[in-house]
Amino acid sequence: MSRLEKLFQQKKERVLNVYCTAGFPELSSTLQVMQSLQANGADIIELGMPYSDPLADGPVIQESSGKALHNGMTIEVLFQQLQSLRPSIHIPVILMGYMNPVLQYGFEKFCADAAAVGVDGLILPDLPQYEFETEYGSIIKKFGLDFIFLVTPETSEERIKQLDELSTGFLYAVSSSSTTGKDKDFTAVEKYLQRLQSMQLKNPVLVGFGIKDKSTFEAACRHANGAIIGSAFIQAIEPSSDVVQTTKTFLEKILS
Amino acid sequence: MMITKEMKEMAFTSPNEQGYYGKFGGAYIPEMLHRNVEELRLNYLNIMYEASFQKEFQQLLKDYVGRPTPLFLAERLSKTFNTQIYLKREDLNHTGAHKINNAIGQVLLAQRLGKKRIIAETGAGQHGVATATVCALKGIECVVYMGEKDIERQAPNVARMKMLGAKVVPATSGSKTLKDATNEAIRAWINDPLDTHYIIGSVVGPHPYPDMVARFQSVISEETRWQLKEKTGSELPTHVIACVGGGSNAAGAFYHFLEEKEVQLVAVEAAGHGISSGLSAATTQLGKPGVLHGSKSLVMQTEDGQVVEPHSISAGLDYPGIGPLHAHLFESGRGLFLSATDEEALDAAFELSKLEGIIPALESAHALSALKQIQFKESDVVVLCLSGRGDKDLATYMNELERRG
Repeated sequence: MSRLEKLFQQKKERVLNVYCTAGFPELSSTLQVMQSLQANGADIIELGMPYSDPLADGPVIQESSGKALHNGMTIEVLFQQLQSLRPSIHIPVILMGYMNPVLQYGFEKFCADAAAVGVDGLILPDLPQYEFETEYGSIIKKFGLDFIFLVTPETSEERIKQLDELSTGFLYAVSSSSTTGKDKDFTAVEKYLQRLQSMQLKNPVLVGFGIKDKSTFEAACRHANGAIIGSAFIQAIEPSSDVVQTTKTFLEKILS
Repeated sequence: MMITKEMKEMAFTSPNEQGYYGKFGGAYIPEMLHRNVEELRLNYLNIMYEASFQKEFQQLLKDYVGRPTPLFLAERLSKTFNTQIYLKREDLNHTGAHKINNAIGQVLLAQRLGKKRIIAETGAGQHGVATATVCALKGIECVVYMGEKDIERQAPNVARMKMLGAKVVPATSGSKTLKDATNEAIRAWINDPLDTHYIIGSVVGPHPYPDMVARFQSVISEETRWQLKEKTGSELPTHVIACVGGGSNAAGAFYHFLEEKEVQLVAVEAAGHGISSGLSAATTQLGKPGVLHGSKSLVMQTEDGQVVEPHSISAGLDYPGIGPLHAHLFESGRGLFLSATDEEALDAAFELSKLEGIIPALESAHALSALKQIQFKESDVVVLCLSGRGDKDLATYMNELERRG
C-alpha cells in the first residue's frame, strides 16, 4: 500500500498538504523546511522542482523558483539532498514540476531516482492526458509512483471521471480556473466542491489554489478531504531567517 | 488555390489529431487551459472554412490589409547574386508586416466563438500592433502583454498600441522579454477563461495554434504560386527563403510548397553574435527537444532544462524556441536551416536599401543575408519573404550607420 493510500485510509478529513519550493529560501533549507512541516502537522509535503517558466503558477511561486534556481537547485541536486529523506521524513512526499526539466533529466531515470529516494508521487501539470496514457503513465507506474491529475471548475464531468480514473493517491481540485496565489470568492468554490463530492470519485480530493489561511482551509475542508497551501506558505518563509520557527507559527495558525 | 480541409491529411501541411508534426507539437498545457484550448481545437477548422468567415476574411485582407501583396522581381539584387530573386512584399501590408494576416483571422474566429476580449503577447511589438489594430477595427477590448525590457526598447510600437486603444501590460517576471510576455498572457488567459481569446502571434503554443496560425499565414504562399505563374509560367520556384523566430512568416511562405519536394525551403535563424558566442537565438543549432509554451519542439535550454534567454538584434527573432512544424522540417531534412549574425543582417539591410530602395525589417534582413550563403544557378527562381518593413528599426540602423562612419 502506498504512503498516500495509507494516509487517506487513516485520515479522511482536514488533510493538509503544504507546497514548498525545493532550494528555497536557501539551497540547503529543503529538508529543514520539510522536517518542520512534518513536526508541525502537515500530512503531505509537495516539493516544487523549480522551473524558469512555470505556467500554472503565479508570481509568488515563480519568484521562489527563480530564487531557488539562482541558489543552484537542479533535479540532480534535489535528489542528492533527498538521499537522507527517509526515514526522517515519514509522511508522503510528492514532487511537483514541469515537463521540460524532467524530460532533460530523462523521464525514466527521473522516475527511478525519485522512487529510489522514497518519493511517493508526482504532479506534472503540463503532462497531458493523451501523452500520459500513451507514453509516460506506464513508466510512472513501473516505479510505483502515484500520479495526481488536476481538475478545475471548467473540467467537464466526463473528463473529471477520466482524470480520476487515471490518478492515484488523490485528485487535485483547483479551486477556480486560475494560477496559484490568487484570491478566491469561496462561495462559488463551495458549489463546485459539492459537485465533486457528489460524483463518487475513486480518489480522495484535495483543494488547491487560493488556500491561504485558517478560514479558507476550513472552507475547503468542508467539502473535500483536505487542502493544499502553497503561495501563502512561500510568502511566510520568504523574509524569515528562521524557517523552522516560521513554519511552526504558520501551521499553528492554520490548524489551531 | 484555397486550402481545403482535405489538405489536413498531408504530412507537413497538417499535424495529426493530437497536434504532432512528426515527434513535435502536442498540447502540453495545464488543466486550467484545457477547456479553452479544446474549444478552439474542436472548432477552428469548421469556423475557418465557413463561407461567411472566408468572405469576411478575404474581404478584409483585400480592402483593409491591401492584399495581394506584390511579388517583386528585384533586378539589381538578382544581378548581384546572378540569379532571379522575387521579393514577396509582406512589408507593404497595413501595419507593416505579415502579422496582420493572423491577427485578422483570429479576431474573426474569436468573434464567432462569442469572445468579448482579446489578449496577445508581443516581442518587438509588430504582433501587438497588428492585434490592437484589428481590435480597434472591430471595437473589441484588447490587452497586450509585453516584456518590460521590450517596452523600453520598442517605444514607437508601444505608442501605436496605446493610440489604437489597447492596454499594454508590462511582463515583469523572469527575463522580462517575449518569453515572459507569453507566460504572462497564458496566465492571464488562465485567470479569465470564459470570454477571452488569446491570439498567439507565431506558429508556437499548444495545438491547434501552430496549425491555425500557419493556415492564416498561408495566404503568403497561396498568392506566391499564382503570381509566380503569371510572371514565369510556373507556380514553383526553386527556393523559398524566410527568417524564423517562432516561424510564422516562414510557415506562411512555405505552406503551399511544403509538399512540393523540388522546392528548396530555406529557414534563416538569428545567430546573434555568433552561434557559439552565448548570445544567439539559433534554436535548431543550439536547442534540444523540450517543452515550451505548450508544445514539444526544439528549445534553447540549460543542461538541467531551464529555458535560456536568447539574443538577437532583431526583437522578432529573439525567442528560445521554434514552432513544431519547423522543428519537424529541420529534423526531417525537408527544410534547410541557415543562420545570420546581427552584423550580417545589418549588412543585408543596408544592401537591399541601396540596391532596391526598400528598407527591410531587421527580421527580414536575416533572410536576405542567406542569399550570400547559397550557390544559385542563373536559372534559379528564388522567392524571399520580405516579412516586414524597417521603420521600427530605424534607430538601430542609424546607430549602425554612425558606428560604421
